[in-house]
Amino acid sequence: MTDWLATILIFLPLAGAVIVWLLPIPRVAGPIALLFALAEVGFWITALARMDFDSTSVTPNFDQQVTWFSDLDVSYHVGFYAFSFWLAGLAVVVMAAAIAYGFWVGRERPRAYFGLMLFLMSAVVGVFASQDLFLFYVFFEAMMIPLYVLIGVWGGPGRLGATVKFVIYTMAGSLLMLAAVIVFGLQQGTFDLVTAPPSDSTWLFLGFAAAFAVKAPLFPFHGWLPDAYRESSPEVAAVLSGVISKAAVFGFIRICFVEFPGPFADWRNVILALAAIGLVYGSLLAFRAPDIRGVIAYSSLAQMGLITIGVFAKGGLGVSGSILQAVNHGLLSASLFLLAGTIERRTSTGSLDRLGGMARGRPALATMVMVTGIIALAVPGSSAFAGEFLILAGVFSTGWGWSVVGAAGIVLAAMYMLRLISAVLHKEPGPAVPDVALDLRPAELGIVVPLVGCLLALSAWPAAISDNAIGTTLNPGPTSFARLNDEPPEGRMDFVNTPITSTSR
Amino acid sequence: MIDTPSVDWFALSPSLVALGAAAICLLSGVFLPRWVLRPFVAFIAALGFIGAGVMAALVYIESPDASLEVADAITRDRFAAFVQIVVMGAGLLTIGVSYSARMRRDHIGEYYALLVTAGAGMAFLVQASNLMTLFLGLEWFSVCLYVLCAIEIDVESSLEAGLKYLIIGGMGSAVLLFGSALVYGSTGELGFSAIAQSTETNNLVDDPLLLVGLAMIIAGLAFKASAAPFHMWTPDVYEGAPTPVTGFMAAATKAVALAVALRLLTVAFPANDDLWTIAIAVLACISLAWGNIAALVQANVKRLLAYSSISHAGFMLIAVSANNSLGGRALLYYLIPYAAISVGAFAVVAARERELGEPVTLANLAGFGWERPLLGFSMATFMLGFAGFPLTGGFMGKFLIFSAASEAGWNWLVIVGVVATLVSLYYYLAVIRSMYMRPAAELGLAPVGGSPPREIMLSSAAFLAMVVNVGSFFAVQPLVDFARSAADALPL
Repeated sequence: MTDWLATILIFLPLAGAVIVWLLPIPRVAGPIALLFALAEVGFWITALARMDFDSTSVTPNFDQQVTWFSDLDVSYHVGFYAFSFWLAGLAVVVMAAAIAYGFWVGRERPRAYFGLMLFLMSAVVGVFASQDLFLFYVFFEAMMIPLYVLIGVWGGPGRLGATVKFVIYTMAGSLLMLAAVIVFGLQQGTFDLVTAPPSDSTWLFLGFAAAFAVKAPLFPFHGWLPDAYRESSPEVAAVLSGVISKAAVFGFIRICFVEFPGPFADWRNVILALAAIGLVYGSLLAFRAPDIRGVIAYSSLAQMGLITIGVFAKGGLGVSGSILQAVNHGLLSASLFLLAGTIERRTSTGSLDRLGGMARGRPALATMVMVTGIIALAVPGSSAFAGEFLILAGVFSTGWGWSVVGAAGIVLAAMYMLRLISAVLHKEPGPAVPDVALDLRPAELGIVVPLVGCLLALSAWPAAISDNAIGTTLNPGPTSFARLNDEPPEGRMDFVNTPITSTSR
Repeated sequence: MIDTPSVDWFALSPSLVALGAAAICLLSGVFLPRWVLRPFVAFIAALGFIGAGVMAALVYIESPDASLEVADAITRDRFAAFVQIVVMGAGLLTIGVSYSARMRRDHIGEYYALLVTAGAGMAFLVQASNLMTLFLGLEWFSVCLYVLCAIEIDVESSLEAGLKYLIIGGMGSAVLLFGSALVYGSTGELGFSAIAQSTETNNLVDDPLLLVGLAMIIAGLAFKASAAPFHMWTPDVYEGAPTPVTGFMAAATKAVALAVALRLLTVAFPANDDLWTIAIAVLACISLAWGNIAALVQANVKRLLAYSSISHAGFMLIAVSANNSLGGRALLYYLIPYAAISVGAFAVVAARERELGEPVTLANLAGFGWERPLLGFSMATFMLGFAGFPLTGGFMGKFLIFSAASEAGWNWLVIVGVVATLVSLYYYLAVIRSMYMRPAAELGLAPVGGSPPREIMLSSAAFLAMVVNVGSFFAVQPLVDFARSAADALPL
């Protein structure tokens, strides 16, 4: 069964989607979807127990390959490397929470809604599992379809404009990637990522990087972000910022880094600069944003900048930190968006001017917002601190200036998160906060607490991810993660076989 | 006593079966009582298409090697058989779409007869191996389509469409004929391969007469394939013609025109391939640009799909211009999902048209996706297929076509295609947006009242088209294997 785990993880939600679509009983759509989402989490945990994080083999865990289209050497090839396995776990957990939230709130046209959520889950896991470029593109694009409909049908009043922007931006990137996929596959003679020799074509690298830069998003490709995050329903926004953006992290590492070693090094400073600008600019915008969603949206821009800095840092330390931080950020922004949803349900606004004083008489809500907020601003001891520390330490050897910018970003994070917390929880009760707005209900707690619990667990033991993020060698020879050690930071040893002990605290 | 060539009836059987069915339909219109006429002729026409498709499949199986038959006038090969199967499939779906169309009773027999005859003509055309049979096949199905466009004689727009198609189509045929005459004048040959030989032996590569003739033949075929800048008739005719006929034209006419263009250019003019590949690539670029940009501003869905079909002519011309075996495979493969999507999309438009009793615009598609889940979902997959999203055959087709262009060393053409795809997303997704994201109430659209008509034939046609569209994505390997052995019949 172990061989099938990746395939099961990809297709279990899809099976759920089909069942939900075909069963003509709208009332059971939500429970069935939730059941499948929880089963998916269970399978992921099963896989976690069987995962070999110290494998030095080229083939990924749960490797499975079936020829699909032999003319161009396209195959269905899936499997998980350590880092992508964590990202998949993030996706599974956050999607399950989002589905639970949608079920609790109750969405119109439940069959279509929950079917699309499950379909999206399937596509996202597929992105993280694919080891074939063609398959990767298929899943990457398949994510777009449910997202487009989820935003466009169940979104807010400005949803149509938001979807158009979202689609045009992301597809502009994706189609450049399609051209790059084709040319890469034909030049290398195979679309298989595991066996394809690396390429040194700058144009192809840029084609891929464009798609990921839009997806992440990196400055200045973030034009779609505020509208999409504001107009979609809270749980879809949680998925967008928590999960979908991590497809870009996967792409940067698995494709840009491994398959394009030369251009990756050539363009390192450019992308680091974009990421650094995004970090500072996003933080400043988050500090000035007038509503909760705006703060979380722009903080996502900032955080994705930071994560990208870690990916493009020399040496493996930054990549480990990026994976940890990607998981942190996914859990954090998902929790925050879902909490924002619960607040909006109680006050029918997200505007910070009209909120305030919500802590009084609502201890559970206040605790949840405080805990996530405090972790998000990376207080020492939190998992976000561990991740950011690793990223900054990793990028220090590339250039100390990047670390300075990154540290400034962390200070700015404290500014915008504290502003958010105080504007929502403290001060005088705002005009939109009625006395009858109740505390979090048990069901809502049941959705948010597991996410926060994961964060607390990671705070206690961040090394669970950072030590096991890149233990698996991707390709032997010049394309492997071992290449990271070509330029080892001082005092660091081969980290492929001797995992880094994270020294975050 | 005139010497007659030996006739390979088997090779001609797809056309003959379809013609036989047409004859029965025509006679039934005269003899049968009205109440039984509609189901009977539709059934016979469907049998005709199925029979012709089966015969084409048999020819495919029996003809691993291409051969010239009937005094070298037609080719018996897998390439033709493959396209014939696609055409017959499109025709079969069209019958489902046509079945409950409001049609004047005295037209029913003729309608189906003409439809099957057009299919027979197309089957004949893709087998053509000299310029005479080429022109004969072209006119054969064109005349049928002229009449089909104008068959709703009490609808003014239908008449207008028929007239426009007749005049401009006639113009296109004339250009093609003139070009053929010039080629004949230059080489002294009519047969495709004979033309190539004559060009070779008499060193006519730079002969102006031949080149002008070649250009005119390309232009004539571009008229039929509705490639810009020879597309002027397309939006008006597609809009005015009865919707099922439009779907058939979009699917089948384009398929045969492009397949014949590939055969003619590669078999008859291999010596000039440095010239015509560029010419086709330029046509492709113009079609992509014009079709996509004009489609952006369309409100009428049929016009929108017409411009979309122009842009798809552009996509498929990329495969022709690649002039390699991957290109041939890509074109043939793409014809399968493309034909299904075209017929299917117009089927859904026809359903909405019958429901509302007025032309379908983006605005009055509002809420359609929720009201009629099967048709709405099918339409969504068609639009995603046109736009080239994964999980549809349209994506595979585009992927193969771009791969072919890239293999031919024309990466710039890939970029053009990619940009065109990006532009096209706007209007394809606009259809989905209308169907799902705008509640009908929001637009103040008056409901016609009652539940929508149940059209089992049309729904199953749309469903089948959707299955082909999605299925061709997953079953790409077997389909491309078929396409490969079909394309191997050409000297690519």
